[in-house]
Amino acid sequence: MGILNIVTYIPAVGAVLLLFFKKDNPAAIRMTATAIAVIDFLVSLKLWFGFDSTKLWQFRETYDWIPSLHVKYDFGIDGIALLLIMLTTFMGIIAVVSSYSAIGHREKEYYILLLLLQTGMIGTFCALDFFLFYLFWEIMLVPMYFIIGIWGGPRKLYAAIKFFLYTLAGSVLMLLSILGLYFFNTDGIPFLNIHGLGNPATFSVLKFHEIGHLIPPTLQFWLFLGFFFGFAIKVPMFPFHTWLPDAHVEAPTAGSIILAAVLLKMGTYGFVRFALPILPDGTKECLPWVIGLAIIGIIYGALVSLVQKDMKKLVAYSSVSHLGFVMLGMFALNPMGLKGSVLQMINHGISTGALFLLVGFIYERRHTRMIAEYGGLAKQMPMYAALFLIAALSSMGLPALNGFIGEFTILVGAANVSIWWAVFASIGIVLGAAYLLWLYQRVFWGPLDNPENHHVTDVNGREMALMLALIACMVWIGVYPKPFFEPLEEPVNYIVRKVDPTYFDRHPVVYPAAQQPEHVAEAK
Amino acid sequence: MASALLFIVLLPAIGALINGSRAFANPLTPKNRTVTNAVALLSTGLSAVLAAWTVFTYATLGTHEAFTHTYYTWVPAGMGHVGNAIANFGVDFAFRIDTLSCTMLLIVTWIGFLIHIYATGYMSHEKGYTRFFTYLNLFMFMMLLLVLGANYGVMFVGWEGVGLCSYLLIGFYYDKNFAADAGKKAFITNRIGDFGFVLGLFLIFNTFGSADYGKVFALVSANPHAYTGIATAICLLLFVGACGKSAQIPLYVWLPDAMAGPTPVSALIHAATMVTAGVYMVVRSNPLFRLSPTAMGIVALVGALTAIFAATIGIAQNDIKKVLAYSTVSQLGYMFLAAGVGAFTAAIFHVMTHAFFKACLFLGAGSVIHGCGGEQDMRKMGGLKKYMPATRMTMLIACVAIAGIPPLAGFFSKDEILAGAFMRSWWLWGLGFVTAGTTAFYMFRLYYMTFEGEYRGAHVEGIETSEPAHGGHNLIPDQRHLDQGDEHSDKAHGHHAHSHDPHESPMSMTGVLWALAILAIFGGMFFGWPVIWGGPSPTLFQRWLEPVLPALGGEHFEFPEPSHGQEWFLVLSSIAVAVFGILQARRFYFTDTKFAKANALAKKYSFLHGVLENKYYVDELYNKTVIHGTVVLSEVLAFLDKWVVDGAVNLVRHITVWPLGEGSSLFDKYVVDGLVNGVAWTAKQGSMALRRAQSGFVQNYALVMGSGIVLLAVVYLFFKP
Repeated sequence: MGILNIVTYIPAVGAVLLLFFKKDNPAAIRMTATAIAVIDFLVSLKLWFGFDSTKLWQFRETYDWIPSLHVKYDFGIDGIALLLIMLTTFMGIIAVVSSYSAIGHREKEYYILLLLLQTGMIGTFCALDFFLFYLFWEIMLVPMYFIIGIWGGPRKLYAAIKFFLYTLAGSVLMLLSILGLYFFNTDGIPFLNIHGLGNPATFSVLKFHEIGHLIPPTLQFWLFLGFFFGFAIKVPMFPFHTWLPDAHVEAPTAGSIILAAVLLKMGTYGFVRFALPILPDGTKECLPWVIGLAIIGIIYGALVSLVQKDMKKLVAYSSVSHLGFVMLGMFALNPMGLKGSVLQMINHGISTGALFLLVGFIYERRHTRMIAEYGGLAKQMPMYAALFLIAALSSMGLPALNGFIGEFTILVGAANVSIWWAVFASIGIVLGAAYLLWLYQRVFWGPLDNPENHHVTDVNGREMALMLALIACMVWIGVYPKPFFEPLEEPVNYIVRKVDPTYFDRHPVVYPAAQQPEHVAEAK
Repeated sequence: MASALLFIVLLPAIGALINGSRAFANPLTPKNRTVTNAVALLSTGLSAVLAAWTVFTYATLGTHEAFTHTYYTWVPAGMGHVGNAIANFGVDFAFRIDTLSCTMLLIVTWIGFLIHIYATGYMSHEKGYTRFFTYLNLFMFMMLLLVLGANYGVMFVGWEGVGLCSYLLIGFYYDKNFAADAGKKAFITNRIGDFGFVLGLFLIFNTFGSADYGKVFALVSANPHAYTGIATAICLLLFVGACGKSAQIPLYVWLPDAMAGPTPVSALIHAATMVTAGVYMVVRSNPLFRLSPTAMGIVALVGALTAIFAATIGIAQNDIKKVLAYSTVSQLGYMFLAAGVGAFTAAIFHVMTHAFFKACLFLGAGSVIHGCGGEQDMRKMGGLKKYMPATRMTMLIACVAIAGIPPLAGFFSKDEILAGAFMRSWWLWGLGFVTAGTTAFYMFRLYYMTFEGEYRGAHVEGIETSEPAHGGHNLIPDQRHLDQGDEHSDKAHGHHAHSHDPHESPMSMTGVLWALAILAIFGGMFFGWPVIWGGPSPTLFQRWLEPVLPALGGEHFEFPEPSHGQEWFLVLSSIAVAVFGILQARRFYFTDTKFAKANALAKKYSFLHGVLENKYYVDELYNKTVIHGTVVLSEVLAFLDKWVVDGAVNLVRHITVWPLGEGSSLFDKYVVDGLVNGVAWTAKQGSMALRRAQSGFVQNYALVMGSGIVLLAVVYLFFKP
């Protein structure tokens, strides 16, 4: 069994292990869950260090699985999946450790579900067979449904069901597109008068990458549309985003962290892995609409964030804005946009994860997330205030922190296509500063006038450690993002070539030597 | 030199890290304070010494070619299209040393170091002492990135970074609402400017395939005509950024409010260094700006209008720091006027002299505020020359310097600017000329109201409470009068006698004031002695900066050079208008000790005075339109999100889940389950009937049994097989 399978199934094995624990010993359950998450992360480091940035698909493992359906068990990653898997295993630790004090009942089931979710997410990123991918995609939904539905807030059932049904509705359309691809590759779809290629039946994603451009544009359009609904709901793009604030507000802290950090990336990952390389014509056909929705999402999400009264809801809407950037960069269809887009998926995971974590800290202390309940907290909790500020700055894209690198690269890519895309999207950057700084001012600055806040304690060691780990990532990506860009080079160029085969066929710009002013030239 | 540059930049960052990690320790214990001081002063001091060494080494190299060092690739963005060509879009972490960055480097490190020293005295009673120096060191780091960066990307890191530090330092007294508001306002206004900056940066990428100064300017100077159209767009967008950072119309509104920060911050960030970043950027981008007469014209016009606009507001302010703030806005306008008319060296020259005298003025104002127990209203000052002779002397020098009286520094740089404007247009010169007179007037108004006449103390009736400020003394604005002499103000006075008389500040502060005053005296004449008085042509400073003004398409850069006659006219007229301004100030605020004439005038033209005093109501206008508009739009969108976008989702639930779900449920209940229940019902009814048989009476059972036997007997008998 290869390393990818090990990384994928360690959490599941851990979940099985937890079954044998006694319910009334939550400390042992927590420690075991933490150990499993840490082990999974350490093992996944082997992917990080063993990855060869000059190659595309790596750590491939292929087994026959269901021959009657031509389904193979096909695992393999490129640089994009690598980064997302690293993010998943890393945030997995954060999610588990952040739950120690946040989850007070039914710990055993909780940690089991959290670990199962982990397996589902990693498997989704590894799968190179559509059937397998779809399986993991749906498996992921179930633990999250229970995490929101059991350990959530007052409207947890409404939120959980909405999350589940909305995503499910999208994935049904995605399934139709997958089947469309499958039939086009083989016998065609007679009742739609579509001739197939007559190839041997397969669900292999890489095979579809090869034959994608042979699909007639009209069919590409419809197939793209199916993928679009499946993925856009998950992203979520405006106007399919309304499940997100509800899910975030009701989910427990760790649920929100995982939801924001990884689950949302499933949608963007789906676009970049399937929709773009398989359906280049469909992509270009729908591009103006996607860009339009992305830009609307950026501005709309930011504006709606501005007036939220609940901190968690504010952060949730800010995700809509940030994911708009991710979509914009991706659909610029050039290396800058795509690289920035993938990096921004990671950045958003770290920054927004950090913000949800921080909101969780204060919620555990005061049991409210209403901004109006706070004010002047910097006096009472100076360390918490400092950590929150750094997370907010990272989220609003301050240079030398991670968010900037992603947004900047995305916007360079978008501007390279049309400066107007950059013009509108940049409004989101201004608004990003506005809603986060306004939030910061209302919560941390001003007089400490609510007596309820007079005895709140500052962050403890565990919370500090979690945040420092996240901040270390923020600074690392902000100052030296090269290790994150390098694995993206090949896959991004691969996608660009798929969508725009002549993109790189141009001559390079020649820079003349600088001219010197007269008297300097004389002095030489 | 590469590693020296790295250390110059990193030392303050290391200082910030060390002090930042101990920011929560009590800074008021002597030991902690010593450590904080050592870290802050050593890091900036060493950085300044290294900077001086680097500049000296560079200046004595012989050639003044730009020296660029790339440390590593920061953002390897990827291959992007440039017209029909392709280029590797990326941003290197690289520094560039040329005469322009040398100049800025010296200003930033040395003024920064001096202000650090001053702040150790000024901030000595603050609980946030260590936090303050953390921010201040961080600011130095970011500012150095800004001026040393070899491309627009690194410049932007510093650009946003200084904005962050400015935000943190303006909001230093974060528990005061006015400080929190001012900090946020500064950051967001700057972000609006940065919006323009990044768009300009993207256009630079699209046009040149790189953001590296060397590459961009090489392309421009090799083939300027290819870029004239796009240069206008790039320059105007970059200038939007400059308007934000350097507080020009229409984005100047944050700077006066920024005075909520501690006074050393106002001196360092909001006068001497950060706010001049916009000027630096325009001068740095001069090959691009020179391509576009339109952009240059707009820069000059905005600069000139800002200069006069802010100067008129300065006349009517009574808060000593507000006067200086508007003065700064006005002087920054001068610098842009210079850049816009092509007098780039004059702009940087003025950046330098302004750094000297304006830092001196702000620190002097800080000393006054410190000495008066937190008072900032000039109407409650007066006669301070008796109490604080050193502060008074240095401020007088700085006032003379800013007013433009030779041979102090401000005269030379201002004269060059006015000469440049004169060569371009009478109008621009006229605006600059009037501003010069106004500047002399309001600066000497400040001087006379503060230092001359009688001390008007704290008990003046009929004056409303002044702007809340100098929160360092922990006074809640409304209570300031009540608090005179209580615990809070005592703390502020700490080491001094517990009298309410104003007092001179400690050596750490006055020493710095003298250093700056000396620079304000000599800093101009050495570099900018004009030709008509026997100076070299071009002046030393022009010659020094010439290497950063490359030839475009073979045409060398021409300094604006007025004829001797014009030059004499310009020099004499600007001296005359300065003297006139000073004399007017003397007439209204010195000779007339009760300010009766000034007050009468204000009453007579109360509308005009009101407009000036209320800063042309621009803040109110912005509040009512932009800010209010954004919030209302957001509220509307949030409402629509809940009731329309999410409403549609819920509607789908209602029309699908409900009818289908409920329908199936009904079908299930009455049809599917009905059948099942039907079977059950039949069975039930059957058994109900049969149940009657089980009556429990033995005779009934006997009867049934008997009947059965009879029945069987009958059947047996009659149907016998």
